[in-house]
Amino acid sequence: MPETKETLETRPPVTSTGKTLRTEEMVLNMGPQHPSTHGVLRLELVVDGEIIVDVTPHIGYLHRCFEKHSEAMTNYQQVIPYADRMDYLASMSMDLGYAVAVEKLLGIKVPERVEYIRVIMVEFQRIASHLIALGTYGLDVGAFTPFLFCFRDRERILDLFEMTCGARLLYNYIWVGGLSHDLPLTFIDKAKEFCEYFKPKIKELNDLLSYNEIFIKRTAHIGVLPAEVAINYGCSGPMLRGSGVNRDLRRNDPYSIYPDFEFDVAVGKGEMGTVGDCWDRYFVRVREMVQSVRILEQALERIPKEGDVQSAVPKRIRPPIGDVYARTESPRGELGFYIISDGSVSPYRVKVRSPAFVNLSVIPEISKGCMIADMVAIVGSVDIVLGEVDR
Amino acid sequence: MEQLLRGILGDNVSVYIVLAAIPLAWILPFALFAVWLERKVSAHMQDRLGPMRTGGWHGWSQTIADIVKLMQKEDIVPTAADKILFVLAPFVVFIGTYAAFAVIPFSSEYVGSNIDLGLFYFVAVSSVVVVGILMAGWSSNNKWSMFGAMRSAAQIVSYEIPGVLALLSVVMIVGTLNLQEVNELQRGWFWNWMIFQKFPFVFIAFMIYFVASLAEVNRAPFDIPEAESELVAGYHTEYSGMKFALLFLAEYANMFAVSAVGATLFFGGWNSPFGDFLSGPLWGVIWFISKGMVFIFVQMWLRWTLPRLRVDQLMYVGWKVLTPFAFANIVAVGLWMIL
Repeated sequence: MPETKETLETRPPVTSTGKTLRTEEMVLNMGPQHPSTHGVLRLELVVDGEIIVDVTPHIGYLHRCFEKHSEAMTNYQQVIPYADRMDYLASMSMDLGYAVAVEKLLGIKVPERVEYIRVIMVEFQRIASHLIALGTYGLDVGAFTPFLFCFRDRERILDLFEMTCGARLLYNYIWVGGLSHDLPLTFIDKAKEFCEYFKPKIKELNDLLSYNEIFIKRTAHIGVLPAEVAINYGCSGPMLRGSGVNRDLRRNDPYSIYPDFEFDVAVGKGEMGTVGDCWDRYFVRVREMVQSVRILEQALERIPKEGDVQSAVPKRIRPPIGDVYARTESPRGELGFYIISDGSVSPYRVKVRSPAFVNLSVIPEISKGCMIADMVAIVGSVDIVLGEVDR
Repeated sequence: MEQLLRGILGDNVSVYIVLAAIPLAWILPFALFAVWLERKVSAHMQDRLGPMRTGGWHGWSQTIADIVKLMQKEDIVPTAADKILFVLAPFVVFIGTYAAFAVIPFSSEYVGSNIDLGLFYFVAVSSVVVVGILMAGWSSNNKWSMFGAMRSAAQIVSYEIPGVLALLSVVMIVGTLNLQEVNELQRGWFWNWMIFQKFPFVFIAFMIYFVASLAEVNRAPFDIPEAESELVAGYHTEYSGMKFALLFLAEYANMFAVSAVGATLFFGGWNSPFGDFLSGPLWGVIWFISKGMVFIFVQMWLRWTLPRLRVDQLMYVGWKVLTPFAFANIVAVGLWMIL
């Protein structure tokens, strides 16, 4: 396009008396106390009217020294309640990530029934976490009702967790080498019941929100994240798959017993707009819920009936000197635990590769030139949990 | 009504004071009821129950409790606010809304002021609200409030045009701006209502008017001036206590005002749908209010179903969709009348 010196947009406004008015950009502080920043994220927006010129995310309002705390523990197991509190919407996945890492360090093989229960719990957790992501995303774009519908369904998953381990949010359930409790007797039936109940609810959500004309208008073509940029920034999870990259650690770097299950990796196809827009990221989560139900159905069918879930839990954990990096697919993407052991009873260093933190870093890249309302839509589509970003 | 009051109070100014206060006697209980209804409607749409305890039966007195709470609250004026404008703004908003009630015919016997330019007056006076909103947003000295106020001004101005054009096509058919006369013309059975005339053009006009009225009263999916997920609460972010209550009251009163005009122009106003059956001045009030409440319910229904449009999409709908359709509609109605 040939560069025009003066267009209607670039020319400064002139008053009736012939004076030119000075226009300037405004710094707008969004958060940490803002309804749509999903916690205590603070975005420093430079806006020109309603158009966003620049964004700087500021994090750290929920920093709780997770990594330093882990070093001060007297036992490797004691880190798990802290891991719970990182991504408090997907505590099971956090537990699993840590347990898998320490087990890799120790070289423990856990019993098959434990693996099955872990997969069941983590997939339920994925559904619960995605339900919050989708519900609050509806809230961000102004639809209130899907939020309550999603919470209604999540409530049933939390009930299942509650009957398993007594806790509804922070479970401390997946231990290194095992689990804190075995499944209660009626769990399998109740879980199957939930799968049957939940399938039509996904359709309900789609009818109410996903295919709503206004919702599509608000999210399609907004915050487009090209695959290349997503890879360069190290995005993972629905954020990366929304850009059309077929990569899921459950498939690409399998852990636990995921290779035994049949499921498709959901990727964004750009049905409503461009590949990698907010709608794609949103819809990848919807598709992942469908796939999680598929995995759950297989797991609930094949789970071994008997077995001690604590038989492989080590009495004392004293790993050999060395380090380990283990990664799992949390609902938000690649969750990595890097643990250095100095041979003592507590880890020498724990470093977490937090998916939400990495995904958040791409926000300034994809939100320039959009409007304030789009900013809300983009932050929502990244699905951050500040507990995990700040740790 | 006026004669009746003159008989009781004598021929003096108190007659007019009473006449002017009658809509207020409706707005206050209506707002209390509508806020409760909104909670219940939203709750039942969302698999919840909503307020259930306050007052006993289905939490009927929840809003009364809320009002009592709001009255007890400290009346905060932010230090950096422009005090005069800040205090004045809720009143301007309410005056704009309340003044519009002057021409709304509640019954064949009651209309605050039976002026010939009734509809014109309604359209003109209801725009005063935007002045109050701008005052509120500007004086709060808060960037988010300011955004809300600017959006609101842009929105109300652009949606008034298609809304008025839609009303105009009805005015062309009835040939009067006096709302009471419009009602008289729709007497008889429900097929005499304007909505069933010159099908489908009046129906299109009604749809345009209804969408525009949603935008004018800042209801979803056009609630961007107070979009809580973007602008916190828009222009009334900084308001608390009774000032907030007044803004809230004005919002609900405005909802009823636009619904009432819709009911009057398109759905026969206070006329009974069944000819002379259940008709009369008092039945008229009941018919009129029920018709208004149906629209209120539809507004709530939409609010709890739809997401919110973005500000530029809102302008797009207003200027590039509704306005051309409203113009085409006027031309079509005009041609029909000539031919």
